[in-house]
Amino acid sequence: MIANYGYKDGSGEYYISIDTDRCISCAAGRACLTGCPKGMFENMTDDYDDEVVQVKQQFRRNLAYDCADCKPSGGHASLPCTTACTPGAIKHSW
Amino acid sequence: MYTAGIDMGSRTVKVVIIDNDAAGAPSVKKTHLMFPGDVDGDAAADKAYDDALAAAGLRRDEVRAVFATGAGRKTVNFATDSVTEMSAGAKGVSYFFPSARTIVDVGAEEGRGVKTDGNGKAIDFAGNEKCAAGAGSFAEAMSRALQMTLTEFGEASLRSDKSIPMNAQCTVFAESEVVSLIHSATPKEDIAKAVLDAVASRVCAMVRRVGIDKDVVLIGGMVHNPGFVQALKSSMDVDEVKLPEIPEFVSALGCALLAAEARQ
Ligand code: SF4
Ligand code: SF4
Repeated sequence: MIANYGYKDGSGEYYISIDTDRCISCAAGRACLTGCPKGMFENMTDDYDDEVVQVKQQFRRNLAYDCADCKPSGGHASLPCTTACTPGAIKHSW
Repeated sequence: MYTAGIDMGSRTVKVVIIDNDAAGAPSVKKTHLMFPGDVDGDAAADKAYDDALAAAGLRRDEVRAVFATGAGRKTVNFATDSVTEMSAGAKGVSYFFPSARTIVDVGAEEGRGVKTDGNGKAIDFAGNEKCAAGAGSFAEAMSRALQMTLTEFGEASLRSDKSIPMNAQCTVFAESEVVSLIHSATPKEDIAKAVLDAVASRVCAMVRRVGIDKDVVLIGGMVHNPGFVQALKSSMDVDEVKLPEIPEFVSALGCALLAAEARQ
């Protein structure tokens, strides 16, 4: 499943999408969990009893702000989460 | 074999009990809707379930499995299992429309778009965690501001052919835009259409994240608002938005169907 977490508001569309099919047999040892400096990701068991990850509830309404430090203006050339997730399951919409 | 589904929404508890031994497809034995008011989550679920069982003439031990969904699904202590609204909605919709690929679910407090694989499994979803202007409660608040019921509001919007864009992205600012329209003596039907167009456009932007494939099905309380259905069709640029028979109960029905599958 592609799970899109986030929102659209007056300033733009802020979604993190996770291709949870890739998490099931994660080849990166769940590196997203420790790769994100804010600890935004967490394990969950989905409705089909597969172990996947999701964006924690408390971050889903504030992605534009919480991820700002990692975006180019925050000094990062690439995002820690997408770099850590070598299977390529994580995408940002902005 | 009887199974049940409970949808613990933000304002209502919905229960569906199905008979899986009916000839052909499982049949809906009972639907029950409760407005819990001040009753707590688990007590509300207990009461709604007991009332549904009584209305169906069943005892608890005659129901083999109960699945729960909705924002309060974890509070349903007697549930055998719980599933997300996406899975429950996808399964419930497949009962009415096996050809459904895109599900638009607009309830009181939130909206979401779900893509399905054609077998009642959700494969892609997007919600909007922030914007209540893409949900039913916003339309309801605006109908109150115009001193209309939500039904009158929806019907009034169908009498308008004006297109007044509302730019505000959050309910507070959108509300002030509506107040300005009222003060400038804009006809009520034009305001109603502007509001429903705005809600539809926010919902549509979210659904586009998962892609709009036919057939498109709308579930949730906004199904009863013909003005919103029309606005959604225009916004999504589709000829038809299919509407299930018991739109508020689709997720609870999906739970009951998933509970039956788990028992087989
Ligand atoms: S998001 Fe990437 S790193 Fe994290 S569990 Fe899924 S595949 Fe693995
Ligand atoms: S951009 Fe940074 S803060 Fe945002 S999810 Fe990725 S690693 Fe975490």
